[in-house]
Amino acid sequence: MMELLLVQGLNGLASAASLFLVAAGLSIIFGVTRIVNFAHGSLYMLGAYIAVTLFAVLPRDQLGFWGAVLLSAVAAGLLGALLERLVLRRLYGAPELFQLLATFGVVLIVQDAALLIWGPQDLLGPRAPGLRGAVYVGEARIPLYDLFLFAVGPVVLALLWLLFNRTRWGTLVRAATQDREMVAALGVNQRWLFTTVFFLGSLLAGLGGALQLPRGQPATLHMDLDVITEAFAVVVIGGMGSVPGAFLAALLIGMLQAYGILVFPKITLVLTFLVMAAVLVVRPHGLLGRPQGAARALGAGVEAVIRPAPPALRRLGLAVLALLLVLPPFLGSYAVSVLGEIAVFVLFAASLHLMMGPGGMASFGHAAYFGLGAYGVALLVTNFGVPMLGGLVAAPVVAAIAGAVFGWFCVRLSGVYLAMLTLAFAQIAWSGAFQWVELTGGDNGILGVWPEGFLAGPLPFLYLTLAVSIGVTLLLRRVIYAPFGYALRAGRDSPLRAEAIGIGVRGVQWRAFILAAAAAGVAGGLFAYGKGSVFPTYMQISRSVDGLMMVLLGGVQTVSGPIVGAVVFRGLEEQLLRLTDYWRAVLGAAILLLVLAFPQGIAGAAQAWWQRRGAGTGPAAAGTERGEAERAA
Amino acid sequence: MPEPGGAAAGAAPPVLLAVSGLHAHYGRAHILSDVALEARQGEVLVLLGRNGAGKSTTMKAIMGLVPPSAGQVRLDGADLAGQEPHVIARAGIGYVPEERRIFTDLTVMENLAVGRRPPRACLAPWTPERLFALFPNLGEMRNRPGGRMSGGEQQMLTIARTLMGNPRLLLLDEPSEGLSPLIVEQMANTILQLKREGLTVLLSEQNLHFAGLVSDRATVIEQGRIRWSGTFAALEADAAAQAQYLSV
Repeated sequence: MMELLLVQGLNGLASAASLFLVAAGLSIIFGVTRIVNFAHGSLYMLGAYIAVTLFAVLPRDQLGFWGAVLLSAVAAGLLGALLERLVLRRLYGAPELFQLLATFGVVLIVQDAALLIWGPQDLLGPRAPGLRGAVYVGEARIPLYDLFLFAVGPVVLALLWLLFNRTRWGTLVRAATQDREMVAALGVNQRWLFTTVFFLGSLLAGLGGALQLPRGQPATLHMDLDVITEAFAVVVIGGMGSVPGAFLAALLIGMLQAYGILVFPKITLVLTFLVMAAVLVVRPHGLLGRPQGAARALGAGVEAVIRPAPPALRRLGLAVLALLLVLPPFLGSYAVSVLGEIAVFVLFAASLHLMMGPGGMASFGHAAYFGLGAYGVALLVTNFGVPMLGGLVAAPVVAAIAGAVFGWFCVRLSGVYLAMLTLAFAQIAWSGAFQWVELTGGDNGILGVWPEGFLAGPLPFLYLTLAVSIGVTLLLRRVIYAPFGYALRAGRDSPLRAEAIGIGVRGVQWRAFILAAAAAGVAGGLFAYGKGSVFPTYMQISRSVDGLMMVLLGGVQTVSGPIVGAVVFRGLEEQLLRLTDYWRAVLGAAILLLVLAFPQGIAGAAQAWWQRRGAGTGPAAAGTERGEAERAA
Repeated sequence: MPEPGGAAAGAAPPVLLAVSGLHAHYGRAHILSDVALEARQGEVLVLLGRNGAGKSTTMKAIMGLVPPSAGQVRLDGADLAGQEPHVIARAGIGYVPEERRIFTDLTVMENLAVGRRPPRACLAPWTPERLFALFPNLGEMRNRPGGRMSGGEQQMLTIARTLMGNPRLLLLDEPSEGLSPLIVEQMANTILQLKREGLTVLLSEQNLHFAGLVSDRATVIEQGRIRWSGTFAALEADAAAQAQYLSV
């Protein structure tokens, strides 16, 4: 027993090493640039794949092996620097979280690039020369390579400490983490600093990827998103921007997973995120993090004022509605199902938009409520034979209850920490669906959730879907223009002033959270009936990211944004899926192009164009939209 | 060469900073309109105005922190308007923000290191030792994190940090704000000493008394427009202008 505990503990320490490298890189990048870099996992994956190739090419001796590890890390670093120079640099003036969209476009492109270059099969690397053996403690076998990995964490931590505390570059990075505008005003070129920070962070990710291989863990095409969720958890638990925090948190998570599998084999997936949620609730800025002021950056835009739709837009909306009423009978069955899906995703995006736009609360885990709505329906139908009307009523109720519980914690945080807590709750919900096999069927999902009676036909069901989706979406739109919506926006723009005029900001945000969750639940319920089944994938992180894509692509600060975004994103995805095997790369490239072309989102760009056309002589020159969200002092 | 003693001298020294036709917006709000001011080599020019008149925005627009929508910012003849802040800083403008913005996690020495830039031919280069002679308090807390210093000490540190960049022109945004009378007096002495070193200073102030201790000339701003310019002595004599633009 003692030996088992020892082996598990050492195992945990060894896996903590890679996790620490990846998380430290992510944390450093976030600290300075405030970019939530989803592509960080891709660089980890590339580090591993490049190492596989280099291991095969370079001689199989000490020099060849370690040379391959270091070269892979440097290659990942260079790719990261390239990502910063080619893509992200153009987006520093764009609204917060917009870079996130671009990094996700890069994730998609890298996934397909890796598929094209290295193929779909998992690739194993060689064992490390000279470290192939093991030492024995009693019966317990401890691989020498694992012992080497124990040392890697502290050594890298020490090197980073020296770099940050004993070099001018490190001092500049620490200063920029706190106030990068001031650093620029002191004559430091931010671009150079950002590029080098991306190089270092990506190098660490690549190193983490390369060092995993000799443990017998293969390079796979899904290791990017697997590691990024864990790395987010580590960074958040440790405190964003804190390298020692990442070290502590990686150890904590490594040990927790190693021992968790012994004690609670059923909930290993949940453990990490339970800890993350617990830490965020107790210490809102992580173990060693500290409160972050607003990212003092140049060109952080003033949130645009949401105005009622101009008559032309209303007419367009009515025309689309009329078309949707008349057209479906003439459509093929494929088009009918796609149209229904798009309607569902419009509602899903609109519900997320209520939180993100007027609410100012970015959620990285909105799929949880979509999925809970779907599972609520599926469980009621299959276990209790609840009729369809009951199912559709239950979906938002289930989602709203979860939203009330999760939201109560989330609204106590703000910014990226809030987003990360929503991610943690979504991962908890997803793990539940995945691992609570008795209830949810696990990976196999729940089948046989079909609409009944006269609604069972594709066409009537489409009309139901359209009616409910559009109806609830319009309701959400109405909420934005109601006093509740004004209070929500007031709380977003200036919590202190809103409180001072008697708005309970947290309460308003909590109610918006619940409302958004309920609406997402409706979308999920409809989706379950449309597909006839539910799966854990409904709640997984990529679904949440889809929602973010739709909202951001459309434009966060326009009311029509989510609608446009959902139609464009889902439409693109659907078409590309049919046209090419490399649909991810094309979709990623399309996202990048859209982001670079319309940094205000598609609807935002259209609105700006409309206003320029209408306003004519107004002083709305492009440059004047920049400036800080503060009153002139 | 700058003349110690400033405005009293005969031939006027050359213009170092010339701002003209400067406009700036926050979103749609038009904050600065047609701002013009001139600071001559080696003088202290004070930008006076009430709260919200546009003093800080003028400073930020000169520094490129608020991108000006029109206008020119000439330093020694070269137009810097529209350049990025680090380019403007390297050209020789040092900015001391109103809110101080010390790097609280960094020690005094590290804060100074962030500001370090190569020396310029025309001025004696600043070193930490020279700065500690100017601000003796700082020399006694070299390894103290900026977050554990008093407001006055932080204000000294921001000025010292900016001086490490060896600027030719110093922008001081309301340096007396929130400081005790004793420290304010020290601050005035510091500014006079910097002037003696040959530095040109653009100071923004609401405190007429403090401005009077150090300033050669004054420019008055109200609602983002320049309303009055002249020697400080002339402003002191002009009760009507004071009442109209400055009294609260």
